[in-house]
Amino acid sequence: MNSKRQIRFRLNGEDTEVAFAPHKTLLEVLREDLNLTGTKHGCELGECGTCALLVDGRSVLSCLMLGLEAEGREVKTIEGMANGAELHPLQQTFADLGAAQCGYCSPGFLLVAEELLQKSPNPSRAEIQEALSGNLCRCTGYIKIYEAVELAAARMRGEAYELPKESVYGLE
Amino acid sequence: MMSNNASNNDRLNVVGKPFRKVDARAKCVGQTKFADDIVLPRMLFCRMLRSHVPHALIKSIDVSKALAVPGVLAVITGKDLPIPYGILPVSQDEHALCIDKVRFVGDPVAAVAAIDEDAAFDAMNLIEVEYEPLNTISSIEEAVLIDEPRIHEYGDSGNVHKKVSLEFGNVEEGFAEADLVREDVFFYEGNTHLPMEQHAAVAQFDADQKLTLWSSTQTPHYVHRALAKVLEMPASHIRVIATPNGGGFGGKSDPFNHEVAVCKLAMITGRPVKVTLTREEVFYCHRGRHPVLMKVKTGVKNDGAITAMHFQSFLDGGAYGSYGVASTFYTGALQTVTYEVPRYKFQGLRAFTNKPPCGPKRGHGTPQPRYALEVHLDKIAEQLRIDPVEIRRQHLVAPNSVTANYLRIGSMGLGKCIDKVVEGSDWKNRFAGWDPANRKLPFGKGIGIACSSYICGAGLPIYWNNMPQSGVQLRLDRQGGVCVMCGSTDIGQGSDSILAYIVAEILGIDPFDIRVVTADTDLTPVDLGSYSSRVTLMTGNAAIQAAERARELLVMAVAEKLGLPIENLSLAERRVFDVENPQVGVSFADAVVLAESKFGTIGTVGSYKPPHSPGKYKGSGVGPSPAYSYSAAVAEVDVNPDTGIVVVERVWIAHDIGRSINPMLVMGQVEGSVYMGLGEILMEEMTYRTNRNVVHKFPSLLEYKSPTTMEMCDVKTYLIEDPDPNGPYGAKEVGQGPLLPVPPAVANAVYNAVGVRIDEVPITPEKVMRALKDKARGRDPRYGPAGVPAVAWPDPLRVLTPAEGGDGTEMPRVAVHS
Repeated sequence: MNSKRQIRFRLNGEDTEVAFAPHKTLLEVLREDLNLTGTKHGCELGECGTCALLVDGRSVLSCLMLGLEAEGREVKTIEGMANGAELHPLQQTFADLGAAQCGYCSPGFLLVAEELLQKSPNPSRAEIQEALSGNLCRCTGYIKIYEAVELAAARMRGEAYELPKESVYGLE
Repeated sequence: MMSNNASNNDRLNVVGKPFRKVDARAKCVGQTKFADDIVLPRMLFCRMLRSHVPHALIKSIDVSKALAVPGVLAVITGKDLPIPYGILPVSQDEHALCIDKVRFVGDPVAAVAAIDEDAAFDAMNLIEVEYEPLNTISSIEEAVLIDEPRIHEYGDSGNVHKKVSLEFGNVEEGFAEADLVREDVFFYEGNTHLPMEQHAAVAQFDADQKLTLWSSTQTPHYVHRALAKVLEMPASHIRVIATPNGGGFGGKSDPFNHEVAVCKLAMITGRPVKVTLTREEVFYCHRGRHPVLMKVKTGVKNDGAITAMHFQSFLDGGAYGSYGVASTFYTGALQTVTYEVPRYKFQGLRAFTNKPPCGPKRGHGTPQPRYALEVHLDKIAEQLRIDPVEIRRQHLVAPNSVTANYLRIGSMGLGKCIDKVVEGSDWKNRFAGWDPANRKLPFGKGIGIACSSYICGAGLPIYWNNMPQSGVQLRLDRQGGVCVMCGSTDIGQGSDSILAYIVAEILGIDPFDIRVVTADTDLTPVDLGSYSSRVTLMTGNAAIQAAERARELLVMAVAEKLGLPIENLSLAERRVFDVENPQVGVSFADAVVLAESKFGTIGTVGSYKPPHSPGKYKGSGVGPSPAYSYSAAVAEVDVNPDTGIVVVERVWIAHDIGRSINPMLVMGQVEGSVYMGLGEILMEEMTYRTNRNVVHKFPSLLEYKSPTTMEMCDVKTYLIEDPDPNGPYGAKEVGQGPLLPVPPAVANAVYNAVGVRIDEVPITPEKVMRALKDKARGRDPRYGPAGVPAVAWPDPLRVLTPAEGGDGTEMPRVAVHS
């Protein structure tokens, strides 16, 4: 058995120390050593985007990053996305618009979308598609996800925006 | 007859409104506990050794080196779990761990429990298995031709698992009456569910000898039954809890070997045991779409009216039975529920092959024949020079009718669905007839239409019984709390929320006031599971019954207290009040106190059992449903004639939902179904290196191609609300049906775009290029199978149709032999 190595890093805004076997991925360290199971896995080979999270504000596939590489970095997981008890606008719209069906891919989508809106507060549909193209969702057909990103972006810009009626009820 | 409140639709407060799902926020903050998120003290980890050979006798298994690995607490093999199981009573052909032989690459032979995954993995690799290879069966054609070695010692013959042959009316008479008889052959490649969550399970065996299994399963009740059988324990000592499924689509509907294995390991070690499958192992679990080879022969009048249809399907079942017998019948069941088919013959054959077992995937056994039928109809329409819209629109099955194969149709909104997509897509201006001279779209651009239908729950349970298919229990407490308990399993479709919406509607409270407890065999009444699009209709009806019974108790108690007639009282906005004088009333919580004071503790139950089917012949158990949903789709494609790449630009889809309990969730199911249909028609395929050990070509999420955001098309959705008397508030299904028209609509659009028929799913660029090259050389501009294997079919079981005065029973065999 490998002896453990200890690292220090910022996790969801808090100083964190953790010791783990050095071959572990960041995904495994978060789920198994820090009990943060909000980060999911779909392949553990970097194929599906399910384990995406933010490292220093940039989206990273945590299954392809060693836990040791997190030393000194700022890591944000789905558990740290809300501002206290107040959900992030993306979390609200994903929940309210049905962008999370089974919800398994949602943490990855949410954090990648957060990164997108940081860089591009008013993204076009094509930009959203491009930004989310590394995340697979089998439930939604992605459309409710686009709509949730667009609604959250508008709210974050402080604009009044109403979802088209046909997004919820279908076309007349 | 149960009330479905359909008459009160104008006064609905919850039903029909786009509430968020009751579990949606938990899913967006990382709080939802999926099976692999469960961690218990002293928990062990399980890994399973799987066969690397496709077909072999197991000569010996030596686990001594594995047991010697530090941290390993137990290793089990087939002899530890000798009792077979399987989802269908007629196919009890699986063992948790193979005993005498392995039947596909991925078949498990041993399971290890260790203190961590690394130790379990190392130990797994030290297990020594000696195999004696057997010849393999890798295709339908081989299975039909080669009887030995048999993959299983049961089945109809050799490697043929099941053969069915049914004839409703005399199809030869129908063909004789036809102006045109056309025959086509199609192949639909297998594909898989690919849920984002890999299957996982945790088992715990208590000191008091009770076993608990948490598992990502769509069918906790069936898992419960299988565990009781295989572990030889009273079911009352076993508790199965289905965790929220991270996607199912049918892939988590069988009792699985890994579930049995962790239970056994927990019992041996006395410690909790978890298993989480790798993505590669999920491909081996499979139970996905059967590859189906099909031949369809249809007689039509010059106006497109069908006189008779003969449908043959050949299913590649893979290595085990799974749901396969039902799948086989489903490939022949629903051809009759869209367009009038007065005489109908179905012959189906399921083969065993040395590949991962096939089973139910979204649409279970019906997307393959629906694709064949809808492309076949398009070809007939061209031959008859009829608009493909009209050949469908003019010959629809009537509502409230019984089909030739004895399926009772209730509401039928397909005509309205067709009208919507035809109008939305501007079909009349863009299709412009079959004559190329009249084309309006440029070469490479095309448009195609297809329709479909799906069941709203199977009429019969998987094992024969006379009990309800769904039960709901409701508990009201004196603080005003309401808890709804039901065995149904939320796989993302929103079944927990549907319970809350319906109970909230009837009790006049907010859906978020309600505590929903589901999918726990200790706590919840049985619901058979999340399959066959049964959940909204069946749990919804059960919830209505339970809630109306609770409502009645509340109303009686409040009426007595206020001195009002019962019929004056209404429940809304968390109050029970006088409809004539709304200020007079009590709060919901006070109403519960009054009821509890009068009647004692308040709890009610509701249950649902589908109506009897008019079909009574052998084989009539597959196809009947309380209601049928309908869909129509128009696809618009761009085909690049230089590369063969097909881009689906837009799909217009209309779905006859009966009534939306929550339109936003219905929209999500329609869009998700279009997405999955798009994946099936364009890229998804389970394919094997048949010359190299029948190994799966690409058991990974990267190489098994599925649509990303970049391939997903624009979707224009129409919801048609024509309430069905059997549905809760008139609701029908939406989880599976809208997938069905998408593959054939795209195939028909590809033909419209470049004039080649791709009679094989998926439509890959290679196939399009082959067909385009053939077209350029003046050959048949088609890519697809040449024919079907010659099979000695049994004499069909003959049934007189309702129009012929039949009573749903089969005719005596001796009298009809010809």
